[in-house]
Amino acid sequence: MTLLVAAFAGLLFGTGLTISGMVNPAVVLGFLDLTGNWNPALLFVMIGALAVAVPGYQLLKGRRPFLAETQSIPSRSDIDVPLLLGAAIFGVGWGLAGICPGPALTMLAIKPTSASLFIISMSAGMLGALWVGRSISGSAK
Amino acid sequence: MTESSVILPLAGGVMIGVAALILLAFNGRVMGVSGIWSGLIRWSDGPGWRLAFVLGSITAPLGLALLGRPGDVQIETTAPMLIVAGLLVGFGSALGAGCTSGHGICGMSRFSPRSIVATLVFMAVAIVTVFLVRHVG
Repeated sequence: MTLLVAAFAGLLFGTGLTISGMVNPAVVLGFLDLTGNWNPALLFVMIGALAVAVPGYQLLKGRRPFLAETQSIPSRSDIDVPLLLGAAIFGVGWGLAGICPGPALTMLAIKPTSASLFIISMSAGMLGALWVGRSISGSAK
Repeated sequence: MTESSVILPLAGGVMIGVAALILLAFNGRVMGVSGIWSGLIRWSDGPGWRLAFVLGSITAPLGLALLGRPGDVQIETTAPMLIVAGLLVGFGSALGAGCTSGHGICGMSRFSPRSIVATLVFMAVAIVTVFLVRHVG
């Protein structure tokens, strides 16, 4: 049942990304290009998503999920160097291609070659970061 | 105010928000795609819900194409640049523990200070990057 819910949520997420234009890097780059021919689409996507998710998250705060024991939600609130550095590095990559992880997966069926190339390098980058993280915490001991 | 410039982005955004709430209300999970994908490739606890979510999101444009609304994808980035961008997006989202969906939507919605800061940082850096690439480089 949790699998069915996750698949449905994925389907809804992918549908939202596709009809909103977020799956199209040209639209995303058009938003990030403030001094060019600015395309506000991403702003409306964020407004639509947050208009639902903000009240929903507040309403569900601390509630037991229907199909799980507890909510698995990050509990940290400290702003540390990995967070800032990671967000900055992510921002450079996002600005270079206009693709972030969600749209990368959703565009797989539309542009298989480019999407695969991006997803494989993204996966390598993720594993690299985890390896670096382990080495640093290992040498600190 | 055309359909594709306002209504569809708003409607798509609402769908993304509802998807995040469904995942939280039923499974108690955060809809952060970078975390979902890195958990999947590390095979941390078998395929499970992460694979189901990914398959759902990959299938979505196929369903829309059947309904006569295939997604438009224009990529002008060269292959080497796609690889560099992918490496940076993967490395950065793993180090910063989140991406546009996890920090930008779920984290912002629960007013997480980490997510608000991360979202402001990656938005600002991406805007500067696009400026440098398009108007300076």
